[in-house]
Amino acid sequence: MFLQAVEDPQSFQAEHINRLFNQFNIAAACILLLVVFLVIYVTTKYRRRHGDDSEGAPIEGNRRVEILMIGFPTVLLAWFFYKTLAVSSAVMPPVNPTRQPDIIITGHQFWWEVSYPRNAGTPNPANSPNYVITANEVHLPVGRPLLMELRSADVIHDWWVPQLGNKMDLVPGNKNYLWLNIRRPGDYIGACSEFCGQQHAWMRIHVVAQEPADFARWLDSNARNANPPADALARAGETLFQTRTCAGCHRIRGTPADGAAGPDLTHVGNRSTILTGLLSTNEENLASWIDHPQEIKQGSYMPSFMFSKDSIKAIAHYLEQLK
Amino acid sequence: MGTTIKIPEPSAPFPGLGVENAQGLLQWISAVDHKIIGVMYLLTSVVFLVLGGVLALLMRVQLAIPMNHFLHPEVFNQFFTMHGTTMIFFVAMPAIFGFAVYFIPLMIGANEMAFPRLNAFGFWLTFFGGLLLYFSFVAGGAPDAGWFNYAPLNERNYSYNHGIDYFAIGLLVSGIGSVATSINIIVTVLHYRVPGMALNKLPLFVWMIFVNSFLLLAAFPALNAALAELLLDRELNAHFFNTAGGGSALLWQHLFWIFGHPEVYIVILPAFAIYSEVFQVFSRKPIFGYAFVAASSVAIALLSFGVWAHHMFAVGLGDTVNSFFGASSMLIAIPTGVKIFNWIATMWGGKIHFSVAMLFAISFLIEFTIGGLTGVAFAMFPIDWQLTDTYYVVAHMHYVFIGGVISGMLAGLFYWFPKITGKYLDEKAGKWFFWLFVIGFNGTFLIQHVLGMIGMPRRVYTYPNLPWYGVLNFTSTFFAFVMGFSILLLVFIMRRAMRHGTPAGPDPWNAYTLEWATRTSPPPLKNFEDLPAVTSRRAWWDMKQQAVNPHPQTKNDDPI
Ligand code: HEC
Ligand SMILES: [Cu+2]
Ligand SMILES: [Cu+2]
Repeated sequence: MFLQAVEDPQSFQAEHINRLFNQFNIAAACILLLVVFLVIYVTTKYRRRHGDDSEGAPIEGNRRVEILMIGFPTVLLAWFFYKTLAVSSAVMPPVNPTRQPDIIITGHQFWWEVSYPRNAGTPNPANSPNYVITANEVHLPVGRPLLMELRSADVIHDWWVPQLGNKMDLVPGNKNYLWLNIRRPGDYIGACSEFCGQQHAWMRIHVVAQEPADFARWLDSNARNANPPADALARAGETLFQTRTCAGCHRIRGTPADGAAGPDLTHVGNRSTILTGLLSTNEENLASWIDHPQEIKQGSYMPSFMFSKDSIKAIAHYLEQLK
Repeated sequence: MGTTIKIPEPSAPFPGLGVENAQGLLQWISAVDHKIIGVMYLLTSVVFLVLGGVLALLMRVQLAIPMNHFLHPEVFNQFFTMHGTTMIFFVAMPAIFGFAVYFIPLMIGANEMAFPRLNAFGFWLTFFGGLLLYFSFVAGGAPDAGWFNYAPLNERNYSYNHGIDYFAIGLLVSGIGSVATSINIIVTVLHYRVPGMALNKLPLFVWMIFVNSFLLLAAFPALNAALAELLLDRELNAHFFNTAGGGSALLWQHLFWIFGHPEVYIVILPAFAIYSEVFQVFSRKPIFGYAFVAASSVAIALLSFGVWAHHMFAVGLGDTVNSFFGASSMLIAIPTGVKIFNWIATMWGGKIHFSVAMLFAISFLIEFTIGGLTGVAFAMFPIDWQLTDTYYVVAHMHYVFIGGVISGMLAGLFYWFPKITGKYLDEKAGKWFFWLFVIGFNGTFLIQHVLGMIGMPRRVYTYPNLPWYGVLNFTSTFFAFVMGFSILLLVFIMRRAMRHGTPAGPDPWNAYTLEWATRTSPPPLKNFEDLPAVTSRRAWWDMKQQAVNPHPQTKNDDPI
């Protein structure tokens, strides 16, 4: 993967902020250079010569210099404050209360719940889903302003994808919002940026930005219920999943599993990674996660179980097929 | 068997600790002399600096390479919490109070603080507050929710070991000590100045600590209230901050930062105070713009109560609030800039002596400008939305805290060590220390700006192997060890100076202010026998000029 920096903005919001940042950096560099220059100049010019024990010039101040010291920064700051307001209103315009969010992100210790409450942007609303819910991998359409609603199920988290612009906290008891207008399709990575507990480091974000048509297709396919198990091993896996507490924490649409304490697994096999990027999705990784979750992601809220090797293989096989 | 221990009166301002002197330790413990208490504050600060530094180095080892397994995440989280809490409350604060209670009476020509017992009380509260905090390590786990300890993560249901209780109690205890000492300083300055020393003739060090004490008095109640509420939440199931029970997560942030931002200035103003003395003495010139330097401290102190929500730009407070706090935060740059330029102007036309103290003051000018400028970037809140809670902010605050506060304390150490102990800190070894420290510090933190800009959040115990992450983190770790090594060197330099340092005499720097007017170094238990009335801001300098030296002295007379 390539470098994903704030200096390579890929959304309308990030571009605006980046422009402001660059302007400020130029001014800041000038001021820093001025200070460095003055310090070097003064310390070389007025260094004490060997054997000179006299006092320095008895200068106690100079009103004109002081006025300059106060006046110049004041003007500069006033200008930047004006720019700040302009960028802020471009990046975070107020939300019309009747406007429905395009996407709702709910932070959990230590994963992201992602839901699409309406079919905005799909070319054919008639047969598109009303509601899609998934986790960790966030699909978004490019080219139009999206309204994102941010909530938290437990402690404070923070949404931040550097190339997509401003971050925003997910505060329990509050609803925050964010505007997002992505320029180009691609994979963007970010991370939870408010310390939220033991696995804060592994609460990373993966945004998949897609052309509207691709996004609509993705939305459609994710509105489907889960695939029924295709072979005997997967069927065994499904039974285990439904009967051995997994169903109490995870949802698999189209089955009785309807838990909400862990990520939705309806199409977990379609997501490129699990555990917010810690492991790539394949049967082997799924098996080792189910086998010893507390060794892989210490302190996450999935308990360790005592399964036989066969049971684990069956569950992993079943989950991997949920595409 | 019925024998009572006689509590000894200290016999010297720096009583020995040796075994040959059975009551050495007891003399320290029972002391109410402001000089002994000052030294104990400073020693406390050094001990906690080493502890906090070791925690930092262990964290840097964990972060040296991607996906490292050196520290368990739980342990890492405890370490960064303890590192921040230690450095602010048990390194910066005791260092400040140490210099303040040692030198304020001396600089205003007094023989004691206004309330000597309160002074000792303040110290011991700080000391035991720190011990309580560290006791958590053996009592089931240290606090692990960060030094600003956000709700509701700090509540029982998310942090169930007792670390956070120790955090709250430890800070409450030391906070009460800080308030007591501030009151003590204010009364001392108002009431015990030598005749003729009007408030506008105070040495700048005293001026700034004086202003700072008011700041502290106003700021700590918010923290203490928040901590008391947190304890009620955790121990008695109240619901101040617990969102699950209808409390407010943001209330904690407001209370914490109403304290927390002024706290940033509480630790930086005393450093400014030290620089203001060091620049004068080693440029051989009076300060440039006394009134502006003093008034800008007052301006900073007042403004600092109106900027707290700049720590909360990303919590969704809305445009109006953000604009207000953005503007007020930007305003603070003006008095701060005034100070920087006045210090440069103080050197202008001087005869600059490159002592180690002066070197730290000069490096501060540049390092603090970097930290100050990135600070202004954060006041421009759309930039804050990108960079807050990343390594960019880690870099920013270390430029302010190390480039500003710690460098100031080190300048003060090299400047005043001869007065406190009677011995010079070796200047040659000191320069080695200076360069190692400055290179280590800048090497560690300059590149962390970049890490923030390429997306690394703060407070992560590990990170995936993304482009540049490994290299930059490894470099940072390497230079952190250079800095760690320099601190070892400093401890060694201090030990050597105490044992066989060159005797310094009462006034080694040919200085300007009254602490150098005492007959000996260290000053005698009773600081002054009598002092003539003061006529200018450089009282001791005047006395030397007019040869009305109250304590005729021979150069280099060995004080001990
Ligand atoms: C107590 C609730 C709980 C139970 C019971 C539970 N899980 Fe989980 N599970 C979680 C949580 C919470 C996570 C998210 C972990 C994280 O990323 O921090 C998770 C994550 C997962 C993931 C990774 C999902 C992703 O996209 O990252 C899989 C797969 C999974 N669980 C499977 C199972 C299976 C199989 C079982 C039954 C054996 C099970 N879980 C039982 C809570 C639970
Ligand atoms: Cu987090
Ligand atoms: Cu602040």
